[in-house]
Amino acid sequence: MNLESMYQEIILDHYRHPQHKGLREPYEAEVHHVNPTCGDEVTLRVHLDGGTIADVSYDGQGCSISQASASVMAGLIIGKPVGEAQHLQEEFLALMQSQGKVEPDEDVLEDAVAFAGVSKYPARVKCALLAWMAWKDATAQALASAPSMEESS
Amino acid sequence: MTLDVERIRKDFPVLERRVHDDQPLVYLDSAATSQKPRAVLDAMAEYYELHNANVHRGIHTLAEEATALYEGARDTVAGFINATDRSEVVFTKNSTEGLNLLARTIGDSPSGGESGNEYGVGPGDEICITEMEHHSNIVPWQLLAQRTGATLKWIGLTDDGRLDLTNLDQVINDRTKVVAFVHQSNILGTLNPVEPIVRRAREVGALTILDASQTVPHRPVDLQSLDVDAAVFTGHKMLGPTGIGVLWARREVLDALPPFLGGGEMISVVQMEGSTFAEPPHKFEAGTPMIAEAVGLAAAVDYLQALGMSEVAEHEAALTSYALDALHTVDGLRVIGPDTTEQRGGAISFVLGDLHPHDVGQVLDERGIAVRVGQHCAAPVCRRMGVPATTRASFAPYTSFAEIDALVEGLQHVRRFFG
Ligand SMILES: Cc1ncc(COP(=O)(O)O)c(C=O)c1O
Repeated sequence: MNLESMYQEIILDHYRHPQHKGLREPYEAEVHHVNPTCGDEVTLRVHLDGGTIADVSYDGQGCSISQASASVMAGLIIGKPVGEAQHLQEEFLALMQSQGKVEPDEDVLEDAVAFAGVSKYPARVKCALLAWMAWKDATAQALASAPSMEESS
Repeated sequence: MTLDVERIRKDFPVLERRVHDDQPLVYLDSAATSQKPRAVLDAMAEYYELHNANVHRGIHTLAEEATALYEGARDTVAGFINATDRSEVVFTKNSTEGLNLLARTIGDSPSGGESGNEYGVGPGDEICITEMEHHSNIVPWQLLAQRTGATLKWIGLTDDGRLDLTNLDQVINDRTKVVAFVHQSNILGTLNPVEPIVRRAREVGALTILDASQTVPHRPVDLQSLDVDAAVFTGHKMLGPTGIGVLWARREVLDALPPFLGGGEMISVVQMEGSTFAEPPHKFEAGTPMIAEAVGLAAAVDYLQALGMSEVAEHEAALTSYALDALHTVDGLRVIGPDTTEQRGGAISFVLGDLHPHDVGQVLDERGIAVRVGQHCAAPVCRRMGVPATTRASFAPYTSFAEIDALVEGLQHVRRFFG
């Protein structure tokens, strides 16, 4: 194990220059998730348009892994159909739970494959998942408040 | 006499460990838990190999030996903290259990009325704690307040991380029934003045409870002269094993409070209509206790006493002074908590620029340096000091000056790594 396997250049880039950051209107659901042991936190909004993730905006503070993960996630799922984004979330979750034993599919996860190294550090997996879990929660809430959208996804 | 740290380090097997590509372990996380000397490990192994039996029951040789060792551990601890009487020392699982025992039994003793006693709380009463408490000295009191309708009051903090006692007379007032506060903050390192708080609490007749988890392992603590009513500390932070802690309280307090857990050991007569209870300390030690752990704790106390608590305190004060100076040479480093050696102990929290402590800790770990990162079970402190989390280096009798140099070099490396 070495540090560079966790702190990939892509991760450090997203950390230094986060994409899609900042809370934006409109949105159907907003959630606030925290990581109580380390103080990472994220506030995240989801805006759905029909069956599409029209926007994911977020703000928060935390370590490089949690911040970069939010940035990579937003880039990946904005503009995607809800169903596809949910699939990505499941793929990413599986990767993070793999303890470094799964070869990630770059065609599916794109920049998010950079987090494969993080899965070898159990204490940091929560950091990488924070934004994804917040997004999952917010999307479920947004869908529940507009049940008709679920069919069209 | 100053401590011979090189010799002391040889007593701690784990300090020989190497981590990540053969880096020597630099253990700077003793405030979370201390390492254990061979004497403690041996005492526990010997107990199991030669004397293992249940205590206070049975007349065979091993049962008597085990009982003598367990009760002997109580004497050792009583002497260490200068308790008036051995019956004032209750063994618990840890500090957290001691604090919960107090909060729970105080709630079970309604004030006033037939069955009431002077320590009970109810609606209109106040419980006073401080903003620098460990969660274990916050949550039990929040639960007590919810259960009884009492109100929780807080002593605030100054910007440099000390207790703000300017409005002490209002925060502790005629309605205050309990004042519970930390002797030394585990996150800020602040050593709190006990005397003015106890004096004010006495004026209004409130029960005083001291969380001594971070002082008993590091300096001489004489609970009688501190004049509090009760105190807790935890074995694993004082070179002892996990699974054992101490609740000390004045005998009349232990007499007045109702039992905590029910079961064997804590009773006098059990009849189908009801039971009477054993005298303290057994009243609060239901079931088979942590016998081997008590033996280990006594060995740890013996070890600390052989070093001398004044010498331990002096060594850690020198480390703290050295570390504060050395840390200030790191660009962008800000100490969270008292930035001087005045009234503080050897737990130093800091932030490094806007790097998150998680990242700092991870890069240090790669170099074999173990520090704690996060909120240290003291989230209100982080909120008050305006930081999401901190990195904390903390010391023990076996900590060397070279380890502080390694930390400072490590922090320079962290800066370069994140550029
Ligand atoms: C000041 C303080 N109080 C209480 C505790 C709780 O100790 P334990 O977890 O052993 O119950 C700690 C340990 O983290 C502490 O530092």
